[in-house]
Amino acid sequence: MAHTHEAAHHADDHSHDHHGPEKGWRRWVYATNHKDIGTMYLVFSLIMFFVGGTMALVIRAELFQPGLQLVDPMFFNSMTTMHALVMIFGAVMPAFVGLANWMVPLQIGAPDMALPRMNNFSFWIMPFAFTLLLSTLFVPGGAPAGGWTMYPPLVLQNGTSFPMLIFAVHLMGASSIMGAINVVVTIMNMRAPGMSLLKMPLFVWSWLITAYLLVAVMPVLAGAVTMLLTDHYFGTTFFEAAGGGDPVMFQHIFWFFGHPEVYIMILPAFGVVSEIIPTFSRKPLFGYDAMVYATASIAFLSFIVWAHHMFTVGMPLAGQLFFMLATMLIAVPTGVKVFNWTATMFKGSISFEPPMLFALSFLFLFTIGGFSGLMLAIVPADFQYHDTYFVVAHFHYVLVPGAIFGIMAAVYYWLPKWTGHMYNNKLATWHFWLSTIFVNVLFFPQHFLGLAGMPRRIPDYSTQFADWNMVSSIGAFGFGLSQLLFAYIVWQTARGGVKASAKVWDTATPHGLEWTLSSPPPYHSFEVAPEVK
Amino acid sequence: MTTIRQQNRKLTRNLWIFAAGSFAFGFALVPLYRVLCDVTGYGDRTKLAKAAEVIEAPVENREVTVEFVSAAPTYGEWEFRPEAGSLKVQPGRLYEAKFHAKNLRSKEVTALAVPSVAPLQATQYFHKTECFCFTPQHFGGDEERDMTVRFIVDPKLPTNIDRVTLAYSMYDAPAKVAAN
Repeated sequence: MAHTHEAAHHADDHSHDHHGPEKGWRRWVYATNHKDIGTMYLVFSLIMFFVGGTMALVIRAELFQPGLQLVDPMFFNSMTTMHALVMIFGAVMPAFVGLANWMVPLQIGAPDMALPRMNNFSFWIMPFAFTLLLSTLFVPGGAPAGGWTMYPPLVLQNGTSFPMLIFAVHLMGASSIMGAINVVVTIMNMRAPGMSLLKMPLFVWSWLITAYLLVAVMPVLAGAVTMLLTDHYFGTTFFEAAGGGDPVMFQHIFWFFGHPEVYIMILPAFGVVSEIIPTFSRKPLFGYDAMVYATASIAFLSFIVWAHHMFTVGMPLAGQLFFMLATMLIAVPTGVKVFNWTATMFKGSISFEPPMLFALSFLFLFTIGGFSGLMLAIVPADFQYHDTYFVVAHFHYVLVPGAIFGIMAAVYYWLPKWTGHMYNNKLATWHFWLSTIFVNVLFFPQHFLGLAGMPRRIPDYSTQFADWNMVSSIGAFGFGLSQLLFAYIVWQTARGGVKASAKVWDTATPHGLEWTLSSPPPYHSFEVAPEVK
Repeated sequence: MTTIRQQNRKLTRNLWIFAAGSFAFGFALVPLYRVLCDVTGYGDRTKLAKAAEVIEAPVENREVTVEFVSAAPTYGEWEFRPEAGSLKVQPGRLYEAKFHAKNLRSKEVTALAVPSVAPLQATQYFHKTECFCFTPQHFGGDEERDMTVRFIVDPKLPTNIDRVTLAYSMYDAPAKVAAN
């Protein structure tokens, strides 16, 4: 009797004994803890950032001077295609999902994500998806080389890599949809008592909207690539003119996914910046409600502007006008956001810690990318800019100093919270300046190249473009190498360092539930929901 | 009183239904796209590949250039070119143009020529009374022949358009078309 009692007691003990992580590999493979999964997402995305970055450096090395020097044109095309796929689906999106995993439960006072097992599944799909995608580099015929947009009929000529590409996209899509569902359910159902929707931190808001975008458009991409697959193997003719299909229709379906995807990659960065700027300006965010509505408007508008990616396919004038004006309309809510961030700083007591530096750089450089986007929205001008380096400059300005600086700002803001250690401020400041200077050396000249008519996705170019290409390549190597410093800073901080306090940024008194926890937060936080007033 | 678990399950289920709906919507875009083309008449495929009944009503004082373009996307299987690069036409008058095609393989093939008109706005004003693109074309091994298209440019063609391009792409007919 005593024996059974003891056993029962033991079992009881066991169920209570969940305060620490499991030991060894089980902690990661069986992970259901939002912090562990968040960490895995972030580490995975950092690795992919370097993989995609290496591909970018192959591109820039080949373009360092005119002529074909280093790689053959087919491999060059593979590099442009794979760089985009890896950076979009492997680096930027998982990094934001990682941030959501870490921060959404902490910011809304939830003990964990709502669906921890699906969370584990959605992460562990990613390494398989990218193993599949990256292994195409070693199959006969090489990796996909028809561009990340996968336009038929070119993509169908890819050979062995084609089905692998399609299934990799399916897997990434499944992972993103699961991640998004998890975020929505967590935010809708797991908020601490008293936290109404309009009390949520803006990072949470921006992720809620992003998650809805993901659920709405990732399946459309899955459908589009499935149609490619059946066209290739099962005799359907969705995009094949011989059977009555239309390749241009693929472009419509793809960009119906593709444009909201653009905002999927930037809205969470808006959220991050909306957290950081108030903290280091020591003022509450200017126009909180306006920020929420602006984010929602951008999300809505993103569904009705897709055809501005394809003005040159030959569209009725009415269509061109509609898509041009709808696109320009997006500048209004975006302008509201930029105005509000600036107004938050107005008369603030500003200090320039690394997260604030990145947030300010984001604000300035993202706006440049936004303006070149407006230029591209103008139909007659777009006929000149289409498929030139001007487009490349535009979307890299919104993605690198936009999305990626947003992620880096977030890491520098919350890393001491996650690890419990303060990072080396001097190194981080160095990393900031090197990144900001080189990113401009890298991408600004591409505006000139594009306006002068240099086409994108071309391994060789006319000698008139030589100077700016060389400058751009120097910037690329400078930027790429600077990111090694980032990896070092993160690694060093994870291993040890000066203890960070609960608030981390004590002099700035940041607001939000995450700062009420110790640094690092306990493995299981908010087991008792906090009261939000 | 529903527990948080039940609420989570319900919302998750609804979101999966939402995702499935989005997947279906991707496919629904295919017929929607067709409908949109039909309604607006832009790039209307069914019209392009059907014979039109038009009465000749020439407009004497207007001239439109019709250009002929050919393409054989599968390299080495077809030789395909227009007899003349372009033709100056009067709207409302019936004209004839010839395209020359050769099967470069020594086996029988059924071909399909898919037409398209540029600019798209001109599509609805370009009528064909007879065209080799209306039906699949059978070719013997190494056979070559001229194929005819008869067309009328509608006098209602907007006056800002003075140049219309008629393009054909030559494909091997998909199995189900060739069988008919």
